[in-house]
Amino acid sequence: MVGATPLYSLKKFHVSTKLNIQAWCSVKNGTVSCNGKKIVSTDNEQTFSEFAKQIYKEQQWEYPKFYKMDRLSKLTFMTAEILLNEVTISSEEKEQLAVVFSNKSASLDTDRNYQNSINSIENFYPSPAVFVYTLPNIGMGEVCIRHKIQGENAFFVFDDFNPLFLKQYAESLAQNNKATQVLCGWTEIDEKGYKSFLYLASPNGTLPHTEETITKLYTQS
Amino acid sequence: MDALKKELKENIIEQLNLEEFTVEDIDNDDALFGDGLGLDSIDALELIVMLDKDYGIKLTDPEKSKEIFQSINVLAEYVATHRVK
Repeated sequence: MVGATPLYSLKKFHVSTKLNIQAWCSVKNGTVSCNGKKIVSTDNEQTFSEFAKQIYKEQQWEYPKFYKMDRLSKLTFMTAEILLNEVTISSEEKEQLAVVFSNKSASLDTDRNYQNSINSIENFYPSPAVFVYTLPNIGMGEVCIRHKIQGENAFFVFDDFNPLFLKQYAESLAQNNKATQVLCGWTEIDEKGYKSFLYLASPNGTLPHTEETITKLYTQS
Repeated sequence: MDALKKELKENIIEQLNLEEFTVEDIDNDDALFGDGLGLDSIDALELIVMLDKDYGIKLTDPEKSKEIFQSINVLAEYVATHRVK
């Protein structure tokens, strides 16, 4: 076996595992911002569904599956779509792009909808289309399907936005050759409102991938 | 029968969130699955629930649902014959 190439060395990893922040995007209260610039600002009186529909049409995504998604998936999809359209990632790189999302309420927004459809014995019509969204990581899957992302993915539930965890988890993936780039962030929707903030941690970034910077971008968004 | 076909189209559009379709976009002979409206397996389950909820029709045989979801014409014929509400 002398001279044979070990299988693990055939994987196409970047030499550098140092991550920086390359791009970021946020969606909240009828506003979409990307890399610090407000790109859409709408009437805050709109419901989230009206707002999402408006963004879908304005951005000309032509992806009818969007209409079938639950509110959390729509929020996640919108934010990721705008962010990923801002950067160039090859299909080869997407094989090593990991996704790490988080929020507070998991899929409670849709869980409640589903519960309402099965509360009454007289009116017991559970919706399969609602049921399939009763997990928080489904929106993440929608993003991966749309962009053919094949890296590792994980969804975490925290009481609050947790920049230190995102930083450490993303860096751990990079250092252990599990990913070369990581799409990270927070995507939260409940009865009171919605806010999402996603960023791309990549060797191609220019902003330092530190807890302070992540917090600053999240707060400013 | 025409009123039932229109009602089925409206229900399908609403139930399956086909927001880019109108009643006029769906021909009575259009395939609902595959190349037609492009519905998927979850949509099929949703249609089965819709038939139960709106017309009291309980479908338990998957082969039967494949048969009656061919088109609006076939579906309307089945609903008109088997509806209990």
